[in-house]
Amino acid sequence: MTWLKNIAKAILPFVLLSGPVMFLSASEILNPYWVQIFQLACIVAISALGLNLIYGFTGLFSLGHAAFYGVGAYTAALLTKLYIGAYGDEAVFATGAVFLGSLLAGGGAAALLACLVGLPTLRLTSDYLGIATLGFGVIMKVLFDNADSFLPQLGGARGMTGIQRMTGVPWTVAALVAAILVIRNLVHSTYGRALVAIREDEVAAAAMGIDTFRYKVIGFTAGCAFAGVAGGLYAHLYTFLHPSTFDFLKSFDVLMIVVLGGLGNLTGTLAASFAWVFLLEGMRVALPPEYIEFRWVLIPLLLIVTMLVRPRGLFGVREIPFLRNKVYR
Amino acid sequence: MILEVQGLTRHFGGVRALDGVDLRIVRGELAGIIGPNGSGKTTLFNVITGIYHPDRGVVMLGEGEITGLPSDEIARRGIARTFQNIRLFRELTVVDNVRIAHHPHVRYGAIAALLRTGAFYSEERRTREETEEFLSIFSLQDRGKELAKNLPYGDQRKLEIARALASRPKVLLLDEPAAGMNPSEVGALMEFILRIRERFSLTVLLIEHQMRLAMGICERLIVMDFGQVIARGLPAEIRRDPKVIEAYLGKRDDTGAAGIRKKTR
Repeated sequence: MTWLKNIAKAILPFVLLSGPVMFLSASEILNPYWVQIFQLACIVAISALGLNLIYGFTGLFSLGHAAFYGVGAYTAALLTKLYIGAYGDEAVFATGAVFLGSLLAGGGAAALLACLVGLPTLRLTSDYLGIATLGFGVIMKVLFDNADSFLPQLGGARGMTGIQRMTGVPWTVAALVAAILVIRNLVHSTYGRALVAIREDEVAAAAMGIDTFRYKVIGFTAGCAFAGVAGGLYAHLYTFLHPSTFDFLKSFDVLMIVVLGGLGNLTGTLAASFAWVFLLEGMRVALPPEYIEFRWVLIPLLLIVTMLVRPRGLFGVREIPFLRNKVYR
Repeated sequence: MILEVQGLTRHFGGVRALDGVDLRIVRGELAGIIGPNGSGKTTLFNVITGIYHPDRGVVMLGEGEITGLPSDEIARRGIARTFQNIRLFRELTVVDNVRIAHHPHVRYGAIAALLRTGAFYSEERRTREETEEFLSIFSLQDRGKELAKNLPYGDQRKLEIARALASRPKVLLLDEPAAGMNPSEVGALMEFILRIRERFSLTVLLIEHQMRLAMGICERLIVMDFGQVIARGLPAEIRRDPKVIEAYLGKRDDTGAAGIRKKTR
């Protein structure tokens, strides 16, 4: 069974990535704060991989990624809040299953909404999708702010509290590895090539028999599902959700990561996600407290310099071996 | 009859780009469409391949009507084309350009691709082998890993034809395949078009500006002017047809000089 062997192969990167972090954390070399930041970086990477699928590979300019991230976060948090209480603390397996289900449901909810947003707008050119997703982001922020009026558990503008802390290093790393594998295998298949063809030239792609509208919807939906799963992990890492986390301005963070890492480059997206999260937090430690907001001067400067030096992304078109297309290049 | 067009009409604002065009292409034929700039040749291709919808008229492929179908559906039914202004996937490799055209024929599902089942590997291998084969027909086999945009112009034209062929069409539409080529390249291209037609038992319809190519290989010519077919027949007949000469050179007026064309658009 070729595919079983391929899944087994995913265990190695999982162990390589989660093993050291868990060891360092258990032996108290790495304090819980940095372990949490590491997990946040994994989560941001999952979301950014999703946006890279949408913008980098399919060429659809989306500005609503944070909203889909938020939909996933609220959906998953609500589900665990409703269903995990039924089990005691000892029922690790049952709570784990509920958590996994909630994550997938978060991804599913984001995908469903993406489909609803995409169906009317993806027939238009990419610019219109940018405007539509921007509008969607603003609407979702208003919805999150007022969510308590129809579902008190969601907390509305006061924020959602009482979420169980479920996310741990094995969860985030497993989700990241799964996300990487899904996107890598998709991209290096005929379906991924269809998406890239649409990015390169939609008219020519259609002339090759590719149903461009259908694939744009698929690419957009799949990318948003990544954001939804990432949001679910986020909710159960910080155990508190506030609408400001999913403001449309946050979409630009992910967009910057994807552009910085290089459109259509997976290695770059991963590196840029980790660099982004660790730089932001690192500066919080390195800068004196009164200069903390100076981060938002340094980061843009760094962005400008990087884009000047490496206009096609951190790694250009190069990928690490694990992410290359080794199937009949 | 493999491709049949009846009364095809398409307006752009007040301009009649196509005005009741009739066309009958027999299976295995190599026909050419000629005509001055703006006579509607490319618009005809765009309407046949579903890029534009016709205002009136019918397009039949074999027994089935394809009028107004989306481009990708028409492509899957067996019409492939190249573009006047080359539309390659410029940032992709030569291999990927051809591989993408295999898309409708790849037989594995998304789940198989995600899990990388045995079927996925064997289909990918088959696609790759066929791609190599197409590239070697076009002598592009050594350029497989280059980006399409980095190929010399003539090779880009060839790659576009290779890509169109890889989608396994019944009918191949070539929009000015010789544009921008020098005479020796045109000679090679002519030979080439004849060869691939034999090999893939294709029906070829081409638009051409270069009379040498159009007269040289086309078995039948269709002449268009102002969105209408003004003449059709063997190349030898077309060459002598007064209406064709008028369309290209203008009408001889009383002073004996070739005058300005009377019709205006």
